[in-house]
Amino acid sequence: MSSLRQIAFYGKGGIGKSTTSQNTLAALAEMGHRIMIVGCDPKADSTRLILHAKAQDTILSLPAAAGSVEDLELEEVMKIGYRDIKCVESGGPEPGVGCAGRGVITSINFLEENGAYEDLDYVSYDVLGDVVCGGFAMPIRENKAQEIYIVMSGEMMAMYAANNISKGILKYANSGGVRLGGLICNERQTDKELELAEAMAKKLGTQLIYFVPRDNIVQHAELRRMTVLEYAPESAQAQHYRTLANKIHNNVGKGIIPTPITMDELEDMLMEHGIMKPVDESVVGKTAAELAAEMAAA
Amino acid sequence: MSLVKTQSVAEIKVRNRELIEEVLKVYPEKTAKRRAKHLNVQEAGKSDCGVKSNIKSIPGVMTIRGCAYAGSKGVVWGPIKDMIHISHGPVGCGQYSWAARRNYYIGTTGVDTFVTMQFTTDFQENDIVFGGDKKLSKVMDEIQVLFPLNNGITVQSECPIGLIGDDIEAVSKVKSKQYDGKTIVPVRCEGFRGVSQSLGHHIANDAIRDWVFDKIPADAAPKFEPSDYDVAIIGDYNIGGDAWSSRILLEQMGLRVIAQWSGDGSLAELEATPKAKLNVLHCYRSMNYISRHMEEKYGIPWVEYNFFGPSKIAESLRKIASFFDDKIKEGAERVIAQYQPLMDAVIAKYRPRLEGKTVMLFVGGLRPRHVIGAYEDLGMEVVGTGYEFGHNDDYQRTAQHYVKDGTLIYDDVTGYEFEKFVEKIQPDLVGSGIKEKYVFQKMGVPFRQMHSWDYSGPYHGYDGFAIFARDMDMAINAPIWKMAKAPWKQESAPTLLAAE
Repeated sequence: MSSLRQIAFYGKGGIGKSTTSQNTLAALAEMGHRIMIVGCDPKADSTRLILHAKAQDTILSLPAAAGSVEDLELEEVMKIGYRDIKCVESGGPEPGVGCAGRGVITSINFLEENGAYEDLDYVSYDVLGDVVCGGFAMPIRENKAQEIYIVMSGEMMAMYAANNISKGILKYANSGGVRLGGLICNERQTDKELELAEAMAKKLGTQLIYFVPRDNIVQHAELRRMTVLEYAPESAQAQHYRTLANKIHNNVGKGIIPTPITMDELEDMLMEHGIMKPVDESVVGKTAAELAAEMAAA
Repeated sequence: MSLVKTQSVAEIKVRNRELIEEVLKVYPEKTAKRRAKHLNVQEAGKSDCGVKSNIKSIPGVMTIRGCAYAGSKGVVWGPIKDMIHISHGPVGCGQYSWAARRNYYIGTTGVDTFVTMQFTTDFQENDIVFGGDKKLSKVMDEIQVLFPLNNGITVQSECPIGLIGDDIEAVSKVKSKQYDGKTIVPVRCEGFRGVSQSLGHHIANDAIRDWVFDKIPADAAPKFEPSDYDVAIIGDYNIGGDAWSSRILLEQMGLRVIAQWSGDGSLAELEATPKAKLNVLHCYRSMNYISRHMEEKYGIPWVEYNFFGPSKIAESLRKIASFFDDKIKEGAERVIAQYQPLMDAVIAKYRPRLEGKTVMLFVGGLRPRHVIGAYEDLGMEVVGTGYEFGHNDDYQRTAQHYVKDGTLIYDDVTGYEFEKFVEKIQPDLVGSGIKEKYVFQKMGVPFRQMHSWDYSGPYHGYDGFAIFARDMDMAINAPIWKMAKAPWKQESAPTLLAAE
């Protein structure tokens, strides 16, 4: 129990968090670690590559159908996948109703009470988009994940999200013990991507722990609901994930308290790298018709 | 029991100001600054009481206030007897407001009336995570089966409903359609809204406007034959039968009461009210909103009245009659004359026992001012008063019509302040609520609950005044106060000696 390492993957929606995390965890499993994945997203798709399944029964779906969480048994919701990785999904309400954040809290409490954290080397939380409320911050509170890995890319919105998540970590870093482990850039082939990702990491006071290059083999594996590690273990991409897994494994205790930056600083950084053009303050808030009239007058 | 009875107004003012200074001393500087704005000594001729009101209570003090859910479910909607009021959310709010506020009503509970029953969706963890709309639908279906004579349903939102965004409006609409246009009213009275129960009253008033009045087709014929003398009693919750002892006076003067809001009231009465000729308003605080709305939309004038004590009753009957013809005006005089012998007898019996006694009040709604006249009819004097959740217009009415020069005013009083004030002023009677009762009785100060009438009542109307006078005498002159002796004044008990 003392050697249990808890990590979490956060990042903007659609950035490839689940894909990156499952491939990396598969690589960690290959290294002989005992792993549990806790999916904290109502969509419940954090474990499909490990389980080869579309969706698994979630912690919240069973009691929703029949009674309360107290009646649930761990075996009913914990599935074993590739290389004995244990998989649980929190699940949650359909979009637009109820409180998914409370669902995450309920699920994690259930797992703790039922001894799901025993005989493990790694627990990994895969959390949706952003730290939108207290519920989705559950995995970074005291005695949960020690290190957060933010999956991002060279896109502006992904960097905004990374900065926001850092603010959440900062809040809990002071009250608990959570640290930012580093950024993982999932290549989107945007301009100057590596350079930007490194600059972003520097601003946040952390490191770009790995730059995962884009390779279609990831999609090929995903279509078969598999990780690259399982689908094509000899591929170069599998090797990349192994390297990332190694870096994470050796990153123990090296997390930092992030220094999130302001919106202005972030925009300045983008301008520095020529990604964003400086805004002409004289045109802000003017309609096309107004600008045309000004042009005509000039 | 008052320490000094012969103080001049000027001396009292000095004492009260010193008292305010003294209680503020215990607070941290910032708190003292904020609380200072809620405490004052009344100056004659001022148009209000010089206190800030309707402001958030300070964390850490003991406030006497309630929440928006209490204002809607507990006060405005709860007494509507033929509708079922669902406490939507976890079980506690409904459990602790079960059985209502002694809002008396006529009917067979559980068959055609439901006031003292308790309906709740009893939220569990699952309902929070997945939303409570499905359970709410189910509860409504069960209500239809188990209580087929209910005339409507309201959904009283508890805090979590606002947090998880349950769409209670959609459920209400669907179920209303399913049950042939049944009146189903969603009320967004989550407890965290506003600073006290006051916002709950407003929200509940608005819900009546939007989900009862606006559902009545504009061209619909009234379900009763209107007359020129139709009035609605607004803001009487029939605590201990208050509305009944008020209603008979209006009827005896020739008016016809077509609705009671909301004590012993029904959905049909709410629906009938837009046809009234005059709305007579007792509790201004909780129902001025709907009265103003009916004035604007239906052109119904409204008049505030006060049925505590013969002086205010006579004044009010004449004021109400002034809206009608001579027949009603004569009726008012007849009623006043008819009850005069009874009032004389009550005053002859109790005034000598109560003359000169002092009272400190702290209540909600209208009572911090309205009951002052009744005490004065008995020769008593209100030396301190304040509102739990009043607004500035309440304090204006208090200053202009009720309190005397030098009265101590305390808005949203804290537990500490109230105790200190009573300790120093030593009134002969304190009138407040159940939470305060035993604190003061243990201090040796007679006490009456002025929310529930201490399980007595009615206190409204002429009949109510007789009971009011008896109860105040009972509290102040109870023989128990002569029997209680401070421990240090008792003779020492004989020491037990061991047998030799």
